Amino acid sequence: MTELSASPWEDALTVAALFATDPAGFGGVVVRAGAGPVRDIWLGRLRDHLSGSVILRKMPVSISEERLLGGLDLSATLATGIPVARQGLIAECDGGIIMIPMAERLGEAASHLCAAVDTGFITAERDGMTLKSAARIGLVLLDEGASDDETPPATLLERCAFRIDLTTVSLREAQSDHVATMPKMSLQDCAYSHQDLTAICATAAQFGIDTMRAPLLTLRAALAVAARNGHQSLEQDDIITAARLVLVPRAVTMPSAPDNEAAKPPVPDTPDTPDNAGDDTIENKSIGELQDVVLDAVRSALPEALLAQLEAGITKTSAGRGSGAGALRKSMKRGRPAGVRRGDPGGQARLHLVETLRAAAPWQKLRQAHSARSGIIVRRDDFRIRRFVERAESTMIFGVDASGSAAFERLAETKGAVELLLAEAYIRRTQVALVTFRGKEADLLLPPTRSLARAKKCLSGLAGGGGTPLASGVEALQLVAETARSKGRTPIVIIMTDGRANIARDGAPGRPQAMEDALTAAKRFRGASLTAAIIDISARPRGDAERFAAAMGARYAALPRVDAGSMRDLARALDPTRR
Amino acid sequence: MAMRTAFPFSAIVGQDEMKLSLLIAAVDRSIGGVMVFGDRGTGKSTAARALASLLPNIIIKAGCRYNCEPTSKVPCPGGCGAQKAASQSIPVPFVDLPLGATEDRVTGALDIERALSLGEKAFEPGLLARANRGFLYIDEVNLLEDHIVDLLLDVAISGENLVEREGLSVRHNARFVLVGSGNPEEGELRPQLLDRFGLSVEVKTPTTLAQRVEVVRRVDNYGQDADTFVAKWTDEEAATRKNIERARKTIGVVSTPDTVLEAASMLCMALGADGLRGELTLIRAARAVAALNRKKVTTIANLATVAPMALRHRLRRNPLDDTGTTVRVERAIKEVLGA
Repeated sequence: MTELSASPWEDALTVAALFATDPAGFGGVVVRAGAGPVRDIWLGRLRDHLSGSVILRKMPVSISEERLLGGLDLSATLATGIPVARQGLIAECDGGIIMIPMAERLGEAASHLCAAVDTGFITAERDGMTLKSAARIGLVLLDEGASDDETPPATLLERCAFRIDLTTVSLREAQSDHVATMPKMSLQDCAYSHQDLTAICATAAQFGIDTMRAPLLTLRAALAVAARNGHQSLEQDDIITAARLVLVPRAVTMPSAPDNEAAKPPVPDTPDTPDNAGDDTIENKSIGELQDVVLDAVRSALPEALLAQLEAGITKTSAGRGSGAGALRKSMKRGRPAGVRRGDPGGQARLHLVETLRAAAPWQKLRQAHSARSGIIVRRDDFRIRRFVERAESTMIFGVDASGSAAFERLAETKGAVELLLAEAYIRRTQVALVTFRGKEADLLLPPTRSLARAKKCLSGLAGGGGTPLASGVEALQLVAETARSKGRTPIVIIMTDGRANIARDGAPGRPQAMEDALTAAKRFRGASLTAAIIDISARPRGDAERFAAAMGARYAALPRVDAGSMRDLARALDPTRR
Repeated sequence: MAMRTAFPFSAIVGQDEMKLSLLIAAVDRSIGGVMVFGDRGTGKSTAARALASLLPNIIIKAGCRYNCEPTSKVPCPGGCGAQKAASQSIPVPFVDLPLGATEDRVTGALDIERALSLGEKAFEPGLLARANRGFLYIDEVNLLEDHIVDLLLDVAISGENLVEREGLSVRHNARFVLVGSGNPEEGELRPQLLDRFGLSVEVKTPTTLAQRVEVVRRVDNYGQDADTFVAKWTDEEAATRKNIERARKTIGVVSTPDTVLEAASMLCMALGADGLRGELTLIRAARAVAALNRKKVTTIANLATVAPMALRHRLRRNPLDDTGTTVRVERAIKEVLGA
């Protein structure tokens, strides 16, 4: 019973059945779907598979750390006068499942969930107490992201075995009757061989999946599938199904084509003792065959669009990786704890109850002696409010004019200047992005990333030549800047150009039209209220770049007069988030 | 409730550089801890936690919550300095600093129970007190909040924790070895914090298929039945533990010839490593390796082994070049040491 070409809905149902057998072991399921009846039906099926005693709780994305990890139970403490601890949500769901709607907006809570999934325990050191509780949880991440960029944090994604996509499933299909099949045997009884393990690891490696969690989860999934099918030991179909459900959604690269595969010698194992030499070759051969079969089957199961993407070398996962880090920073901005201080609550400030209590505690004996009231007496002096760091982190977006005119003159210096600014970015821990424009269009060479080493690599590989499509460049930069802004970061755009556009927006050559288009784009950019600077890289500035900067509402600096020191000053002057 | 026994250190597949760095940190505390960088799913946290179960015991004053030494005459906030107390042998403290730890829990704060019920002001020691003379492990160290990082830097430099809050003024020893793990993609580590770590290692997924298969097999066996799995490795773990203990005792008599000292200096100068801490770490780590190998003399080969882990994070002259530091160190080793 192979499910080689199951529909997304059938796969989703299989995943629900498998996940229900061992939620903590599989980590979680990521369900990409908008809120709606199809998703509700799937959740209903998941509930059907779960035994009655398994807890399934919802967790809001904006849950406070105290509620998540546990801490002081204030009402009980105030009533009894002895610190009473209260378990957090993670500990309460021990042995069960936590369901998280709008998971793409998850922030700091993700790290705690990861810790719980990894170790099966949750430790909280807060409010003057240590709380350690068992927390064997599985997660259901309801990813309601609209665009490719919006995904739950990458750290959580990695720990979830399954990812299903219900966006293409119609309501009619979801409502058709399905009989839930229960596993015929327990998971422990199913055996697997060295060959099976090797095949799984090799398949994961072929798909460019580096993390060791992936093959491990695939193994568990394969065992669950085998148990469901009533097999005593792992069979090829079990492995194929598991690989399809677990590995394909995470694939980073395309495995090499089948004919190459056959030509390559089988992957060598560690050298065995001479006695096993004979068995070795046979084993190698059959491992190779099993790998090929699994790979072929899985490859044929990949959807068309994903295949094309993988072959072109761009994958969803790589974009997801970058934005995963971005999403985390977004909520950090909105309220990263940064200590506590004396002050009045109300208005903007939030009261920190426990610290207030701590401040009031030493005085109770004195105050109660002089007052008729019983219970804790808190005075204004005791109030403590929370402080948050609202550092709006910035993204530096470089637009580099790599056209023939620029290249001839100053490309090397341009690169050097960009590197100096990148060094500034490192000091202030901002993200950087790189857009180049030459020939007929602009190109996002490097999406916003914190990895400055990558930025440098991209920059050094940049070649010059072609016309100057300034209008397209400005538009591309505006797009990147607005995307960064929508993620809660402050974009800073720095354009290195000589300002002499000669390719119009539609790619046609001709200076007058090109300059007109460039000015239009500049005005539109200005309307978006973005911080920008133009660095004129022409050897003898003739005013083109300056006029352009004026139209954009951007600062202007000429490269000939710029050195390391003034670059630094320029970068600092540009940064609106500067302390 | 019992914590599931940690994954045995000896059962970790490959990752030789990381395992060696952790052993060195266990042998010579003055080196200053290990920072483990690596991608997701490479076993960083597993290794650090595995180390904890390998560490030998320490002797403290019985019942002291600040792990005071039995001969210590320094007044301790717990009040154990006054009278002579019996000694007690406890496992080396290995304290986990979890994400979301609040400042009051890290430094210690007012004992709220005593204050509420008895009206007394008493100090409740925090994680830093518990980690004194032990290890402090921070997972995802680059996600740590800035104000906690500032606190840790302060304490790591001075070796003392000074608490001034809620009317309390308390000072106690807080000498610990920092072990951190993190994924560099998630964020840059502040240079001041990175400098606190004596050694740094990079871990990557195993490259050979056979190694990957073995990793998955072992992790799966551990997951199915931790106790049986751990039992299989007790002999190797015991041997490693004995080796660490012996190395700690003999490191004092391991000699370091002048040629080795000169070679270390030349290496650091060739690489342009900042300050003298690089050289000191290099020599101490090389000595620890000699002790672990049961040798009485440090050799140039020992230097070559530890140079990458001791120096790769001290070369950050050019922040855009961090992918190249290991290569730079290895190249310098070839040139200078001829190894």
